[in-house]
Amino acid sequence: MNAIVAQFFNLEIMARTYPILVHGLGMTLLLCFVVVPLGLSGGLVVAFAMQSPWRMLRAFIATLVDFFRAIPPLALLIFIHSGLPFAGIRLDPFASVCLAFFLNTSSYYGEVYRAGIESVGRGQWDAARSTGLSAAQAGLYVVLPQAIRNVLPDLISNTIEVVKLTSLASVVALPELLYSSDMARAVTYNASPLVLAALTYLVLLWPFVRLLSRLEHRVGH
Amino acid sequence: MNGWSLFIDTFFRPDLIVRYLPPILEAVVLTVEIAVLIVATGLIGGLALACARSFEFRPLNLLIAVFADVFRTVPPLVLLVLVYFGLPNVGVTLSSFAVLWLVLSVVLTAFAEEILWAGILSVRRGQWEAARSTGLSFAQTLSYVVLPQAIRLAIPPLTNRSIVITKNVALGSVIGVPEILNVATTAESFVGNSTPLMLGALCYAMLFIPVVLAGRWLESRFAWRRF
Repeated sequence: MNAIVAQFFNLEIMARTYPILVHGLGMTLLLCFVVVPLGLSGGLVVAFAMQSPWRMLRAFIATLVDFFRAIPPLALLIFIHSGLPFAGIRLDPFASVCLAFFLNTSSYYGEVYRAGIESVGRGQWDAARSTGLSAAQAGLYVVLPQAIRNVLPDLISNTIEVVKLTSLASVVALPELLYSSDMARAVTYNASPLVLAALTYLVLLWPFVRLLSRLEHRVGH
Repeated sequence: MNGWSLFIDTFFRPDLIVRYLPPILEAVVLTVEIAVLIVATGLIGGLALACARSFEFRPLNLLIAVFADVFRTVPPLVLLVLVYFGLPNVGVTLSSFAVLWLVLSVVLTAFAEEILWAGILSVRRGQWEAARSTGLSFAQTLSYVVLPQAIRLAIPPLTNRSIVITKNVALGSVIGVPEILNVATTAESFVGNSTPLMLGALCYAMLFIPVVLAGRWLESRFAWRRF
């Protein structure tokens, strides 16, 4: 028992390594603030492109979306980070992560928005257009607000997943929370920094997980 | 060299495809095996916990709720690294395969429990009372009346979650499980060419595109009602 406490909940080591973790947390938050808006706006473009009257465009976007939902994000990230340099395209870790996340999360957010847009009745479009709004205005001011309200739980759940996913950036040596705490583990021969990192994720995301549970139970009935 | 042949030479070199397709296909089989094992364990675990929770024994329910929240919140990669590098220091050594199976199964258990519990809650109180009044025991009511309705409701989110977990098998490459991505990156750094990695990525895509399409079909069956 003592061995477990000393190995996983060593307060002395946590106190010693926490400045490194704070640094890592900063990078994780920065990553979230770049990647989440990128995905949210990319997804919006995807969703509206899926409503376009051109069949070819819809088929093209649907293929892209299915492809990027089918590839595990880690495989995509490693391909961008260590596969593309052989073709002469060299991105630094931060840019690689942003590109991989953009392709992956835009597809997921796009599907969520699409479900929302399709949940809004056709009559709303027609009514909005008949008052003289352009297609873009009808989509932006009439349909989108209702769509977002309908799929709010899915948007939140997807965002939680994206934040959790930023831990993949450690694989390409971007010094975010997991990477820095794993460094601290390697230096101290002790797993407590990783436990501290897990707790940090927990504190960061737990309120949103609770909020989500509430929304889901309410919407369900 | 012009652009097209450079592209072929970097991502689709024929001799490397011939050399690395067999080991990567072996990895595909292993990946599918681990995935099936994880999904089976996780779904059974989630069902067991959701049933345990319906007995309304407060301390146990609190424990299950905390368990579910923790493992739905902490990123699986963090858990993977923590278990794989932490346990040996307290004298427990598990193979990377066992660690991957354990961690992803526990994560899926947490999600499945929460989904099935929401399903059980959605079955009206009157169903319980009516079933009990016909002389069914608590366990019979749960398994013959409540669960069939709850599971029906839970199938779309359970499918989604299982797909997400299956894609997380790729995380095993970080701790050295020889799944597709691991075999592909090892080969890539060995030959200094992206062809194996491209093969690996395409194998993953081929594996999951049918799943994604099936998900679309499932979703359209349970779609929002338009009006």
